[in-house]
Amino acid sequence: MRALARIVAEADGRGGTRLARLRGEPPLQLRHTPDGSAAATVHLIGSAAGPLGGDDLRIEIEVGEGASLCVRSVAASIALPGRDGAPSRTTVVATVAAGGELRWLPEQLVAAAGCRHQATSTVELAGGGRLVWREELICGRHDEQPGDAVVSTSVDYDGAPLLRQSLTIGPGTPGWDGPAVLGGARATGSLLLVDPAAAPAPPAMLGATAVRMPLTGPATLVSATAPDAHTLRGFLGA
Amino acid sequence: MHRTAYLLLADGRFPSGGHAHSSGLEAAVAAGRVTDLPGLEAFLHGRLSYAAPVTAAFTAATHLSAARMGRAPCSTHSDVKVPFLSLDRELEARTVSPALRLASRRQGRALLRAGRNTWPSEVYGHLPKHADGPHQPLALGVTAAAAGLSTEEAAQVAAYGVLTGPASAAVRLLGLDPYQVQNLLARMAGVCDEIAAAAAAVAHKSPQELPAHAAPLADISAELHATWEVRLFAS
Repeated sequence: MRALARIVAEADGRGGTRLARLRGEPPLQLRHTPDGSAAATVHLIGSAAGPLGGDDLRIEIEVGEGASLCVRSVAASIALPGRDGAPSRTTVVATVAAGGELRWLPEQLVAAAGCRHQATSTVELAGGGRLVWREELICGRHDEQPGDAVVSTSVDYDGAPLLRQSLTIGPGTPGWDGPAVLGGARATGSLLLVDPAAAPAPPAMLGATAVRMPLTGPATLVSATAPDAHTLRGFLGA
Repeated sequence: MHRTAYLLLADGRFPSGGHAHSSGLEAAVAAGRVTDLPGLEAFLHGRLSYAAPVTAAFTAATHLSAARMGRAPCSTHSDVKVPFLSLDRELEARTVSPALRLASRRQGRALLRAGRNTWPSEVYGHLPKHADGPHQPLALGVTAAAAGLSTEEAAQVAAYGVLTGPASAAVRLLGLDPYQVQNLLARMAGVCDEIAAAAAAVAHKSPQELPAHAAPLADISAELHATWEVRLFAS
């Protein structure tokens, strides 16, 4: 399946945010779910299983000057193998203008046995743009070995690279669950906070396998590994 | 051919201060994640799959720019400096742990000092200035160019360093049999060669497109290690 979803958020001139564009197609459905705040909240609703091998899903997000958008999903997505072994792909491309804010807080990505999944996110923040970006990856469903998955995140702030990270898991990569990478943890993820108005928080251990780190630039990254999704979320709450 | 220069730069006795770093092994040993030879093997595989492609690709890309600079007339050098700055920023954005950024720059500074004295060249002066020194892969790429090595050789020295650094630390930290550790390194040599070749093959790409593999425990344990009051290795 190929699908494109597009969200354009703009300031409504009264301190709130309106959705100038909200368009999805199966299996990427979008729902505006107002929560009474000044931000617009959109939920992603997967209307089919997957992503399945062969799927190519793309989400485009544009946050205008002074607008505030929060994107969530109603459930974890489970990357599954296709019949012919073709890889699946999810691409997110987002831009945030000066004074805009994007909060990307979807549920976990589960890499099921045999999957070949590539999730690529590219975010461009104008100077003065804010971002909250969470990625959570679960290695396999209950009691199974995962397939191969790559989660790549690239964030630029004011035209300069702020974060480039690509996490590869699965049997195709020697050492992926070993002591230098995940140490047998089944869940891993990160939470990126970009706020030019706040000084990056100093480094701190949040647990034996969770840490908060200031990046070079107006940003802080929390990175963690955990035995399960629930424990992981405890470190990456936003 | 520059065989002896190649061996000099790859040699653990080259005075670049690399022996002071365990590349995360000391923290992994303290956490009980590495206790024996099979544990070391799994650790080294992780380092080769995740750290080595990034380190070797940035070394190779820096070498390529430095080698071009060495051949170009002086008047064009300001154009050639741009890739160095871009490589520095892109590597900084890939190194999320402040402790690892500092370790990389400290090692780069020590290597730069050794390189400058061993193979003098004006190319070193074009590296971006930073209070803690240049990132280690940038310093290695420039030094390899000044020593007359090829891009492939530069990538090989980088990948070899990623593999052998923690291996020699393991002998000290775990008291492993040095013969068994050498046997393990010999068995992993083919993988190391492949990673070096793959890194050299992407050296011409734009810095943004170079590998960005992240290993969560590398960052987490580097930050934990930095909080220790007493430690054998600097990182």
